[in-house]
Amino acid sequence: MKLELRGITKTFGALVANDHIDLTVEPGEIHCLLGENGAGKSTLMNVLYGLYQADGGEILLDDAVQHFAGPGDAMAAGIGMVHQHFMLIPVFTVAENVMLGHEQTRAGGLLDLPAARAKVKEISERFGFDVDPDALVDELPVGVQQRVEIIKALSRDARVLVFDEPTAVLTPQETDELMQIMRQLRDAGTAIVFITHKLREVREVADRITVMRLGKVVGEAQPTATNAELASLMVGRAVELTVHKEEPTLGEEALVVENLTVVDHIGQLVVNDVSFSVRRGEILAIAGVQGNGQTELTEALVGLQPRVTGRISLDGRELTGASVRKILDAGVGFVPEDRNEDGLVGEFTIAENLMLDRSTGKPFVKAATLQLGYRADFAREKVAEFDVRTPSIETKVGRLSGGNQQKVVLARELSRDLTLFVAAQPTRGVDVGSIEFIHKRIVETRDSGVPVIVVSTELDEVAALADRIMVMYRGRIVGIVPGNTPRDVLGLMMAGEAPTSEGVAA
Amino acid sequence: MSDENPQKPAAPAPASVAPDRATSEAIEPPSRWTVALREIATGNAIISVLAVLLALLVGAIMIAFTDENVQKTAVYFFARPGDTVVAVWQSVSGAYSALFQGSIYNFRRPGFEAGIKPLTETLTFATPLIAAGLGVGLAFRVGMFNIGGRGQMLIAASVAGWVGFGWDLPWGIHMIVAVLAGMLGGALWAGIAGLLKARTGAHEVIVTIMLNYIAYYLVSWMLRTPGLLQAPGSSNPKTPAIKEMAVFIKILGPQYNLHFGFLLAIIATIIVWWILNRSNLGFQFKAVGENPNAARVAGINVKSMYVYAMLISGALVGLAGVAQVLGTVTTGFSSGIDAGIGFDAITVALLGRSTPWGIFVAGILFGAFKAGGFSMQAAEGVPVEIVLVVQSLIVLFIAAPPLVRAIFRLPSPGSRQKRTVPNVTKEVAAK
Amino acid sequence: MSTTTENTAPAPTPAPVVVLAKTVITSWKAPVAFLVFTLAMFALAIFGARPGDTTFRLSSPADAIQLPEVVVPSAPTVWVVAILLAVVTIVSAAMVRAQKRVPLWLIVIFAVLFMFGFLTWAAAGSSLPMIGLLFGSLSLAVPLIYGSLAGVIGERVGVVNIAIESQLLAGAFTAAVVASVTGNLWLGVIAAMVAGVLVAMVLAVFAIRYLVDQVIVGVVLNVLVVGLTSFFYSQVLVPNAAVLNAPPRFERLPIPLLGDIPIIGPVLFKQTIIVYIMYVAVAAVYVGLFHTKWGLRLRAVGEHPQAADTVGIKVNKTRFWNVALAGAIAGLGGTFFTIGTGIAFNKEMTAGAGYIALAAVIFGQWDPIKATLAALLFGFASNLQNTLSVIGSPVPSEFMLMLPYVVTIFAVAGLVGKVRPPAASGKPYVKS
Repeated sequence: MKLELRGITKTFGALVANDHIDLTVEPGEIHCLLGENGAGKSTLMNVLYGLYQADGGEILLDDAVQHFAGPGDAMAAGIGMVHQHFMLIPVFTVAENVMLGHEQTRAGGLLDLPAARAKVKEISERFGFDVDPDALVDELPVGVQQRVEIIKALSRDARVLVFDEPTAVLTPQETDELMQIMRQLRDAGTAIVFITHKLREVREVADRITVMRLGKVVGEAQPTATNAELASLMVGRAVELTVHKEEPTLGEEALVVENLTVVDHIGQLVVNDVSFSVRRGEILAIAGVQGNGQTELTEALVGLQPRVTGRISLDGRELTGASVRKILDAGVGFVPEDRNEDGLVGEFTIAENLMLDRSTGKPFVKAATLQLGYRADFAREKVAEFDVRTPSIETKVGRLSGGNQQKVVLARELSRDLTLFVAAQPTRGVDVGSIEFIHKRIVETRDSGVPVIVVSTELDEVAALADRIMVMYRGRIVGIVPGNTPRDVLGLMMAGEAPTSEGVAA
Repeated sequence: MSDENPQKPAAPAPASVAPDRATSEAIEPPSRWTVALREIATGNAIISVLAVLLALLVGAIMIAFTDENVQKTAVYFFARPGDTVVAVWQSVSGAYSALFQGSIYNFRRPGFEAGIKPLTETLTFATPLIAAGLGVGLAFRVGMFNIGGRGQMLIAASVAGWVGFGWDLPWGIHMIVAVLAGMLGGALWAGIAGLLKARTGAHEVIVTIMLNYIAYYLVSWMLRTPGLLQAPGSSNPKTPAIKEMAVFIKILGPQYNLHFGFLLAIIATIIVWWILNRSNLGFQFKAVGENPNAARVAGINVKSMYVYAMLISGALVGLAGVAQVLGTVTTGFSSGIDAGIGFDAITVALLGRSTPWGIFVAGILFGAFKAGGFSMQAAEGVPVEIVLVVQSLIVLFIAAPPLVRAIFRLPSPGSRQKRTVPNVTKEVAAK
Repeated sequence: MSTTTENTAPAPTPAPVVVLAKTVITSWKAPVAFLVFTLAMFALAIFGARPGDTTFRLSSPADAIQLPEVVVPSAPTVWVVAILLAVVTIVSAAMVRAQKRVPLWLIVIFAVLFMFGFLTWAAAGSSLPMIGLLFGSLSLAVPLIYGSLAGVIGERVGVVNIAIESQLLAGAFTAAVVASVTGNLWLGVIAAMVAGVLVAMVLAVFAIRYLVDQVIVGVVLNVLVVGLTSFFYSQVLVPNAAVLNAPPRFERLPIPLLGDIPIIGPVLFKQTIIVYIMYVAVAAVYVGLFHTKWGLRLRAVGEHPQAADTVGIKVNKTRFWNVALAGAIAGLGGTFFTIGTGIAFNKEMTAGAGYIALAAVIFGQWDPIKATLAALLFGFASNLQNTLSVIGSPVPSEFMLMLPYVVTIFAVAGLVGKVRPPAASGKPYVKS
């Protein structure tokens, strides 16, 4: 089926998320939609899928204009979507998830589960998936969950299939397999829209490429284009993909982690017997596919995980089992992975957020009383220093853009006297300009002699910042390798394969 | 993540619970008037006034509808509609003027001193409402819903009453000890809910509801057990009278019922304002209330905050119970001493938007409804429960500004919605 | 909490999926609670020893089949029970030490044993009419069960229904008035359901359309309905009691054969039609929730509304109509207070039953069957108080009345183990 979008426009208040977007996807083609976070790709697809109503423009399938009041209409017309955040009910089985919304029933309105199971089995076999229809989705690994999403779409005879950032949660191997599935679908005549911001994937699988920036289509490209060409198209100017940094001047070992194990609430060893150390003045990057224990490891370092065994010591001081307050007071700076959820109070002002983790003592608090004058001066200074674009220090943080929010977090953490700096996904959902700024600050922090840990799932970021790279898989350390380790080696390590001889002892 | 998180409205959409007036004031001193103007412009004040009017209108319809004269004249409405209109006017105006005369100023009494008495009654009724409203409102700001006002008041009243009639202490000291003991009782009773939430994650709504019943039966049992709270030589489930030494003084002289408790309510309002807007405890409270996850990551001990908040909240609600037994009903009390104030406090806190001075004003408004409601019942035979209807409608209307705007065809202020009532169903992820 | 590691071999499948090693998290909560109750029983045996025999009467004189009375010597029986409880406690402790969870059946055995011991002690020297006790428990549980079904449906679809109390009260009021005026019980039932639906729709509109916090709307609605019904009661019903507030009642309707089964028959099958409808309602809600399209969609909306939306389910519409349905069920439950028992309406006559129903929902872990059982337990506790005060019990009645609430606090504090409520319960769904 041929999909055509003509002049789609969608605004949210003053923000124009989609500005007269035209896009054509032919049957039997993989069409890549490339753009930065916030370029409007997901909005466009949500319009296509009936989740949003467009303010202007039309959607055509096989040259017939469509009107989708909701996802139900879009699905009935043959559009399927594999969502970035899986749209699966965790407490339902695979079969129940697949049948939801177009349930077959038997006499008396009872659900016809056997039919749903058969459907799951049939589609699974067609693509060589190994999916148990009666497994609870909650208990399935993410890779399998994604296949359930694909089965769900195919069970409704989707002939246009949208993949929204599907590779973020996959290992390089799983990514390869997904691309194989996409090609298989394409060869069967499905029109495929592949949304991503990863350049390599685009070049590998795309038949055609459309690049979006700030809500507009800024150009088309061929899969033969170079990374640099695609990147500059995506960002709108030439981008320096690497950060300028000197050789590290290493000090003594500051953070020492020995046999650290973290158990989650259902008893899984999310971090499993991990030992490593970080020296003053170096950046240790922790790489790995999302969900392999990096998050829990950093949380354990700042005292946020309740079931931790092993030892953590910083500058000889024992931090195992200490409260978050104690650890922060010991000079640990922490940029959490999800700044909206864990890093900032959206309803608080910038000034208030800048004192968020110093609410118990000097300089912001004296005799249990807030020092409002000092706080205002401090906030004005930091807003200037970290180039936070805001009308006022009294602006609620929730109203700032992602990049400016992250600068507030960074300003808060870097304005303390640090003995360790831990940054998890420091540039996720941040515009390119801010990324460069944040990377620069992280390197400066290293150069001032602070040990730094950066967790990132983006290999580009790992390569740009790391002095050493530690790769995690299934809660364990696969290996610690030098910062200049080639990508393909890292890719294998992220899939759990220990590196060959060179660099193991880095 | 939050943008895609299905369970949440898009992150920046809902605006503040209450504009943090104090903070902005301190930083830009002359902004008091701009804040006030902004409030009016964004419609919060207008919405509040309209909500009160709407609720009174519904009350008027109920009064007219159930009035006997109106019903009689309605039978021949099409013959003489004028009679019905007159009857409606008489029933409604009679009731509302009784409400006014019972709560603000009684024109039928000679002289200012007698005429103003209803206003002092209003303030007397407002005293426990303000105290308990502050308690509920403070818990709201920490993201908790204290529905346990009834239980906390009962426990606080029992403890204060027991000290009041059972102990012998010098004047002044006796009262202070009774007040503190009562507040401590309320604090500990609420503290159970805080502790269970902190320790086990038990939802405070359920726990405080359950504690209401437990307190009720506990106090009922003590009231009928000689040697505990029951008055000696009596078989009624009632306590002896409070000793003179512990009774609140009448601050406007013996001819008015207004007692020292009202001053305590003012002091409590000031203290709560200070806690919420100037202290680091309040800062941590609000951080936990707005985003417990971020608060935890920022080293704030979220669990302790839940416990502290419930302790303070319980102490404030307890103050309401204390004011009841040491100020209002000093001749001995029974298990109905809470008089529904624990639940009224929720509406007071909501109407006051969980800000201390907002609660103060809302408490006086609802105190006026109470004082006037009783005289309305006495003078016009309109059941006092009409007050409950009006109060709850006010809160419902205030909670849903778009509804009020739609009714009055007011323009909506831009596209974004304002959250006027706290969301209390937020929780820390179970970790 | 203690943790240990189990050796788990790496996943044997070649598929590149993340399977983590696992460990078992055990909890000492159950043994500790057992210990407390066991010590209490020993305390009864040692300090509260009461002479005489305890008689359990298993039939009432009207029954077709008469069972013999069970007579046990009170003091020795309490001792035996206390020792058995101690054994169960030790077994549970051993299980936790061996890294096993304390199973539900052991908790049930413990609870039944404890109850038996307590009854034996409390009724020493007199006889307990078990049929009357159980029959009354079921009767008192009727509004709780209807209320908890309403609560389960509401929370499962994502709307917290604190307003059960007001739906019961509105149902009781309208049932009394409509049945009194028309003389037709079934019109009373329909009116009650309509009243419940109306209250529920106000809740739904405010919660779904205006995004007001659901707990707050619920609490305010409870106040509003108390105010409305009390106002109309004083203003309209009292002056015209004979016409407006003299409801007829549903008579008991013994079911042939089933009603003759010993114990079960007189307790379950000599009830009114309201109770029989309740049996059907519990079964229907259970089957409906877990085995029909309606239930699948309802639960999807309560767990992950956005996912439901993406497969074409109208989230807010589903929520609205199911909350209305829940209101109808609660309204039906409200009839119990007036036309179910033939009592005239009175101010605030539901007396917190809605809140207990809510407790039953949570205690029953959002499952219709378990919530029904929890409601029965609460009905049992309050009827036990009635029965014991008749035969002269050593326990002050207030403490028996407290029991359901204390039990609920223990339950929510995690004695029964943590169960997840529906993930999106209480959270409004807003499409940006």
